[in-house]
Amino acid sequence: MSTAAADPGLWLPRPYRVSRCKRELSDTFTLELLPADGEAMPAFRPGQFNMLYAFGLGEVPISISGDPDAIGPLVHTIRAVGPVTEAMRALQPADEIGVRGPFGSHWPVADAEGMDLVIVAGGVGLAPLRPAIYHALRHRRRYGRVCVFYGARTPDDILFKTELKRWRGEFDMLVEVTVDRATRDWAGKVGVVTRLVEGGGYDPLHTVALMCGPEVMMRYTSRALEARGVARERMYLSLERNMKCAVGLCGHCQFGPHFVCKDGPVFRLDAIESLLAVDEL
Amino acid sequence: MKRLHLEGLDALFGALRGAGYTLIGPRLRDRAIVLDELESAAELPIGWTDREQDGGHYRVAARGDDARFGYVTGPQGWKRWLFPPQEVLLRARRLGQGMRIEAATVEAPRRAFIGVRACDLAAIAVQDRVFVHDPGYQARRAACFIVAVNCTEAGGTCFCVSQGSGPRAGAGFDLALTELCGDGQHRFLVEAGSQVGATLLDTLDAVEATAADHEALEAGLARARGQMGRRIEHEGLAAALREHLDHPYWQKVGERCLGCANCTLVCPTCFCAEVEDRMSLDGSEAERVRHWDSCFNLEHSYVVGGTVRTSTAARYRQWLTHKLAHWETQFGVSGCTGCGRCITACPVGIDITAEAAALRQA
Repeated sequence: MSTAAADPGLWLPRPYRVSRCKRELSDTFTLELLPADGEAMPAFRPGQFNMLYAFGLGEVPISISGDPDAIGPLVHTIRAVGPVTEAMRALQPADEIGVRGPFGSHWPVADAEGMDLVIVAGGVGLAPLRPAIYHALRHRRRYGRVCVFYGARTPDDILFKTELKRWRGEFDMLVEVTVDRATRDWAGKVGVVTRLVEGGGYDPLHTVALMCGPEVMMRYTSRALEARGVARERMYLSLERNMKCAVGLCGHCQFGPHFVCKDGPVFRLDAIESLLAVDEL
Repeated sequence: MKRLHLEGLDALFGALRGAGYTLIGPRLRDRAIVLDELESAAELPIGWTDREQDGGHYRVAARGDDARFGYVTGPQGWKRWLFPPQEVLLRARRLGQGMRIEAATVEAPRRAFIGVRACDLAAIAVQDRVFVHDPGYQARRAACFIVAVNCTEAGGTCFCVSQGSGPRAGAGFDLALTELCGDGQHRFLVEAGSQVGATLLDTLDAVEATAADHEALEAGLARARGQMGRRIEHEGLAAALREHLDHPYWQKVGERCLGCANCTLVCPTCFCAEVEDRMSLDGSEAERVRHWDSCFNLEHSYVVGGTVRTSTAARYRQWLTHKLAHWETQFGVSGCTGCGRCITACPVGIDITAEAAALRQA
């Protein structure tokens, strides 16, 4: 029997050196990584993820939050929620972690050319969308209107605040931010991100929408987009599931017939919407 | 087709051992037919059968003859030899602030599987597709020699006919045996399924099978087919399962299911695995270990914020829809080969054929 298809490096992470560990929020940080072996980094597409390995503790799937067209470190923005990500938060420059990837499907930035781009993010869901925003800004003339609608729990949970402000200052970009709960010094919008989508600013008939956030947020966002006339087959969302292998072998990330690790994490809404409606799938 | 006399089995075992194969085959242990290393054909479960199987029920009994392969399917499939219950994937060593990570050495000894039933051949073919890129699986798979044994009797929970996988070994074997001992003439019919198998068969003292042998084979296969009391009706089943994800029937199964994971452990195609990291006490060395997991475990669907499939009904639904509907989409084959082990091993006797029928009509 042939073993030609076997991949000896299937499970093997490659060591990367931390060049910078930047605190973003109280529980969220960004790692900038360079290959410890000095060799070239693999290219990635907006929306893809890597498996990051903390020595002896475990591996976690983390989307890439950097610029796909830039020459520079590999960038991941991570929320510390368990032992592996907590350990990663404590990393110092020159510390190493293992990296496997990139894996998975990507945002359809090429297919969206000529269309308005509506990017809807909730919480740390902005991280996997940032590469798509970078791409759109770098190739700004290829797109119509570009809208970023972002919802965070509180003003203190607004990720990439400096960049959001900078993008908001662009003449050809609509950036709206809302929070679930305001603090005393917040004079901005309060409420769910769906409201921002309802506010328009894009041509629904010529819009591609990309969303990432809690599933309930994406469900309501897709309804709001549809109510404005955006077709379901032009909406894309990124799902999160338990992943141990990232190559369709461990079985954990199954979502109906899909392996979220290799068929996703980015799905076209009409491919999964009937499954999204099922509880505990 | 060739014919071997009873002693020919010893010659086959000897030839395989001579070719450097460790023999893995059936033996009687703990009142069950289990798979284990064998030294000789004398260790086979001579004169024993485990045909008495039903939901949550398994009994061995003396046959009253000296059949070597007179059993049907024991609790274990062959997957543990190809996809081990525990396997070290990586070893890592800390070097200052850095680390050195190496893929673990794959142990792939030459093994001969003796007595692989048609349902289990189909199961191996299924896992060949699942693990097509997995280096450990592929190395172990390439190192094995498969001696299939056709079924001339069916067990109480067998339904390979409706899954199209048996009772006759179709493909994927090096040699296929049929044991004939009912007519006072104990013998084996032998077919080669590969060049390696044909070469080995040439070294054995085999003669051409007679027309009577062929008739006895067909009669045995017909007997096995006729004994199968269960079947899965496939027409419209996958579509029904996909469409009925919210059907109240899942709750009814969920109320009976204990969530014990027995079905997934005995299933020869189930492949879910957990990956666990271990570190030495001084923190200098680490390894990643893959071990069998089950979609019936709560942690299986854990994501930050909680488990996705908290109810037993949802976990049973995941197992059944994966096995009988989504597997086909993912790998181009059904995830069920009709071995019946999940029925036998279920402590409350949940029967995949009955549940499939109920959901198909739901």
